[in-house]
Amino acid sequence: MISRRGIEFTVGLFVAAGLAALFMLAMKVSNLSTVSLGDVYHVTAHFTNIGGLTVRSPVKVSGVRVGQVTDISYDDQQNQAVVTLSIEKRFNNFPVDTAASIYTAGLLGEQYVALQPGVEDKTLKDGDKLLFTNSAMVLERLIGKFMVNKMEK
Amino acid sequence: MRILESMTEPFAALGRYTLRSFERLGRSTLFLLQVIRGLPTVLPRPWLVVQQMHSVGVRTTVIILVAGAFVGMVLGLQLFNILVRFNSESSLGTTVGLTLVRELGPVITALLFAGRAGSALTAELGLMKATEQFSGMEMMAVDPYKRVLAPRFIAGVVSMPLLAGLFSAIGVLSAYVIGVGLLGVDAGSYWSQMQHSVDFYNDLMTGFYKSLAFGFVSTWIALFEGYDSVPTSEGVGRATTQSVVHSSLAVLGLNFILTALLLKT
Repeated sequence: MISRRGIEFTVGLFVAAGLAALFMLAMKVSNLSTVSLGDVYHVTAHFTNIGGLTVRSPVKVSGVRVGQVTDISYDDQQNQAVVTLSIEKRFNNFPVDTAASIYTAGLLGEQYVALQPGVEDKTLKDGDKLLFTNSAMVLERLIGKFMVNKMEK
Repeated sequence: MRILESMTEPFAALGRYTLRSFERLGRSTLFLLQVIRGLPTVLPRPWLVVQQMHSVGVRTTVIILVAGAFVGMVLGLQLFNILVRFNSESSLGTTVGLTLVRELGPVITALLFAGRAGSALTAELGLMKATEQFSGMEMMAVDPYKRVLAPRFIAGVVSMPLLAGLFSAIGVLSAYVIGVGLLGVDAGSYWSQMQHSVDFYNDLMTGFYKSLAFGFVSTWIALFEGYDSVPTSEGVGRATTQSVVHSSLAVLGLNFILTALLLKT
């Protein structure tokens, strides 16, 4: 027969292990440690095609994550998609002629917005619009172009 | 007259069965209400809950850990073999994390919980009833709902999410051992892809709510089957079997409903 103290000890161990497992799942498995960006500023970018970009897709510069997509809408005046990017405040030194492109991580991976810093001295501020954008590469369109080229030859 | 009776007999049997089922459902609901009413009186006596946590939670931990390790290893092997065909074995973390946290973790834990802890609860309560311990308690003015059932109920509901968390965590780690250690998936992409696609609120909390609901339902069924059992050795055996069957089916059915309700794209 196990003593009262032994029962208390094993139950305590069990609860601690369970909480530790839940904590590990939250920090290591889910995006809790990456989702909160802290202070951010917003810039918008207009794309003719955003492909499979979704809200919470990462925004990267030279492969480093600096923010995320927080809103996607459609501007029917200009017939373009409007993507709102939230960039962390500590990365506040991007020139105004920074270009945004939509790339895919790997062949079938997630899509993300890559920023390519420009050369101007003025820097981007909250609410600015990015002037240069490259739309997402759509695989079907590429294949279509390739087929047309082949047939013309 | 006799012909009429034999012709209507199938319908009468169906009616009897339906009425009995509804009666039992009603009784189990009243039972649950009484157990919940007994919960506040347990608070000043946490030792009762700790004792039950030991038999319900601690003793189930080993089977949960072993099952989680093997499920994780199988997921790692199987998904790697499929993903490598599309040259996207770096998404191993995504698939393993989502399957374990959202579905397999809560469901398999609940099934094992019903088999290991639920059946033990039912058998214990059934035997207590067969040996008339509940009547004895009532003679001594001790409310069995407060003294016996409420602590077991709390222990079951609290243990289940902890067990599900252990299951998912050990599963993710053993898939890591197989995928990264044995099959050569990149360690960084395993964790980063997993973190990118497993959302804290949509996925992790969904799994948590599920395991809470499963703990609630399977403990309720186990307690009711035991408390409502026919007080014979045969009746206790039947109640134990029914407890496992009913809670497994309830968990699987409820899982579908919860997935449909909580799934956001």
